[in-house]
Amino acid sequence: MSIKIALAGNPNSGKTTLFNNLTGTNQHVGNWPGVTVEKKEGRLKKHKNVEIVDLPGIYSLSPYSLEEVIARDYIIKEKPDLIIDIVDGTNLERNLYLSTQLIETGIPVVLAVNMMDKVSKNQDSINLENLRKYFNTDVIGISALKSEGIDELIQIALKKIELSKEFVPIVWFNENIEKVLAQLVSRLKDNVDEKQLRWYAIKLFEHDKLFIDNINQNNDLLEAANKIIDSSFNNIDTESLITEGRYQYIDKIYDRIFIKNKLQREKISHSIDKVLTNKWLSLPIFAVVMFLVYYISISTIGGLMADFVNDVIFGDGGIPDILRNGLHAINASSWIEGVLVDGIVGGVGAVLGFLPMMLVLFILLGILEESGYMARIAFILDRIFRRFGLSGKSFIPMLISTGCAIPGIMASRTIQDEQSRKMTVMTTSFMPCGAKLPIIALISGALFSNSPIQWMIAPSAYFFGISAIIISGIVLKKFKAFAGEPAPFIMELPDYSIPRFTSLCHHVWNKLKSFIIKAGTVILAASIVIWFLSSFNFRFHMVEDVDTSILASIGKVIEVVFSPLGWGNWKAAVATFTGLVAKENVVGTFGVLYGFAEVAEDGSEIWAVLSADFSPLSAYSFLLFNLICAPCFAAIGAIRREMGTAKWTWIAIGYQTLLAYVFSLVLFQIGRLFLGFFTFGTIIGIIVIGIMIYLIFIKKRPERYLVENERIIRN
Amino acid sequence: MITLDKAIINTDVVVSSITGEQALKRRLMDLGILPGVKIFVRKIAPLGDPIEITVKNTDLTLRKHDAKNVSVEPISQS
Repeated sequence: MSIKIALAGNPNSGKTTLFNNLTGTNQHVGNWPGVTVEKKEGRLKKHKNVEIVDLPGIYSLSPYSLEEVIARDYIIKEKPDLIIDIVDGTNLERNLYLSTQLIETGIPVVLAVNMMDKVSKNQDSINLENLRKYFNTDVIGISALKSEGIDELIQIALKKIELSKEFVPIVWFNENIEKVLAQLVSRLKDNVDEKQLRWYAIKLFEHDKLFIDNINQNNDLLEAANKIIDSSFNNIDTESLITEGRYQYIDKIYDRIFIKNKLQREKISHSIDKVLTNKWLSLPIFAVVMFLVYYISISTIGGLMADFVNDVIFGDGGIPDILRNGLHAINASSWIEGVLVDGIVGGVGAVLGFLPMMLVLFILLGILEESGYMARIAFILDRIFRRFGLSGKSFIPMLISTGCAIPGIMASRTIQDEQSRKMTVMTTSFMPCGAKLPIIALISGALFSNSPIQWMIAPSAYFFGISAIIISGIVLKKFKAFAGEPAPFIMELPDYSIPRFTSLCHHVWNKLKSFIIKAGTVILAASIVIWFLSSFNFRFHMVEDVDTSILASIGKVIEVVFSPLGWGNWKAAVATFTGLVAKENVVGTFGVLYGFAEVAEDGSEIWAVLSADFSPLSAYSFLLFNLICAPCFAAIGAIRREMGTAKWTWIAIGYQTLLAYVFSLVLFQIGRLFLGFFTFGTIIGIIVIGIMIYLIFIKKRPERYLVENERIIRN
Repeated sequence: MITLDKAIINTDVVVSSITGEQALKRRLMDLGILPGVKIFVRKIAPLGDPIEITVKNTDLTLRKHDAKNVSVEPISQS
């Protein structure tokens, strides 16, 4: 028989660490249909019949936020055999608040008090025996980080499932409330499962919106219930009463559970914050940190490593030559040599060459994520983001997107209000992701290698990414679908912690892996297709000159679209389209079309060929377009999941591509104006700028009452 | 009585009541901001918003706009 155990707990309580601990490496990430939030699922080590489900981190089981609704729906509808409630021992009060709600669901709960090592390090102590008594459930102290108490936890959990003791509800609330709850329970008796009676009674008492929507058909029950509630609590916010009741219960017993040391030390995090969130220093420090992250990963360490891979491994005397010599030795036909050396090695190699950059970037982002600095960034920048209709929390998806847009887009679900969330989903992929790094590096190397502004190219990509987001924020807010009051922004600032080596490796490897897999699959396939299309003509004869190939014919049709942007050459047009499969493909496609694998004196020759087809201005316009336009198919898939409808997905990618076109057009046409060219395109450019100025500065936000009226009608 | 957004930095205050939309109210209360609870107003973000508070040994940040919904009573420094 299969057993299901759910892991629940506050964000940052060490749930994921415990999950990895319990399941070992045997985990996979599963998406449930119709649900935008991902729940992790794995199998318990040494007990393969036990399924562990990692629910999203939550503070409460309220009906207001997506994660909380997901967690409670899972518990109430799927009815796992047991809940392991991970309680952060260093933050007992608020964690136990969630425990009171989990216990009420009627599912057996084991309280795993985590971070016991930290508690004793602080010289505090927790009386687990009393906790057991006051919560009437099994309690165990663990340290997920140090793998202490895990085996015991598993034993207790499995034994508890085996015994399946009867559910005895604990009385948290005061007499007046309990009296009404008892009445509600007796009214509900015939309608719901006995174990869930108390849960439902409390939901009725709270006037829980979601719950009431669910039992809509049973109006008699609802009416009767409301009569019971109103007789004692007419016109009183019963939901708040329940919340207060829970905390009051915890307050009452808290001294007997948590024994605080007498020391009055200042928390280390607060000392660090004196500098990092300092009034004057925080913004400069933030700017320096961000600059360093991208400077180190693109221009220095990562760049050097990438050069090494490109020059030595894929360069002269490297893999391409060895392969070519080998093929000559066995007298392979020229098309085999073509597909292997020019197609596969050229395309995949061009992408793999940039892997070191991504490696360094992921390590640095991982450190930022694990250290707790991310939350401070949101704190520092919220003011700015709110101005543009986004939340400080929007910054976290954006920062994650600099690694990969897919987890970035998914991270947007922590944003509570619908408008900010949609806007974040739409705009977060403007941040240059790891796969766009190769494009940046290529353009910066090929067209700006001797230019005094070369060092600015990579940072400017991020600058334009952020600008695109800000402009979108301002402009989109002026359309009804996005208008509305800013949503509440309440966030926990976790304690700083030193990133742990193993989890950092885990984190970096997981991200890098997907890039390597992509290189071996999608990009490999695309490289072969591109090679084929660029090596044959319509009569399927091999061509000497790529300009007579099938691909050239196709490219020459679509290049017209991009002419106003300055790069109306078919190779660039084709590269842009292959970028939809995966952004690394843009470089991969250039690799095949310009024969990267063949030219390799010191790598700079590669650039020379490219610079023949581009001017610095048109190359930058090309870069800009590819940074901002619709992301890769995988990211579009993520947008589709988070938006929920095809219509919104199309709006999103349509908007992204339009904005990319506008940015590149303005940049190229106005840039040319400065270089002394005035053409028809310049006029178009100026008109577009005019429209942008109108949208940004002049057009007014829709009146608020209009929005509200619409809501009333819809309801 | 003042609202939390007006509280002086580096002082303790006690919550007296919470108003506002149910979702926001519940969120604040879920995080332990309840009538009678002591809050330490820690700092204000460099650009003047949001604020950082410590409640029940946890550091939280919230916008002044939302903090308006929390009425507090300053504790006189002795």
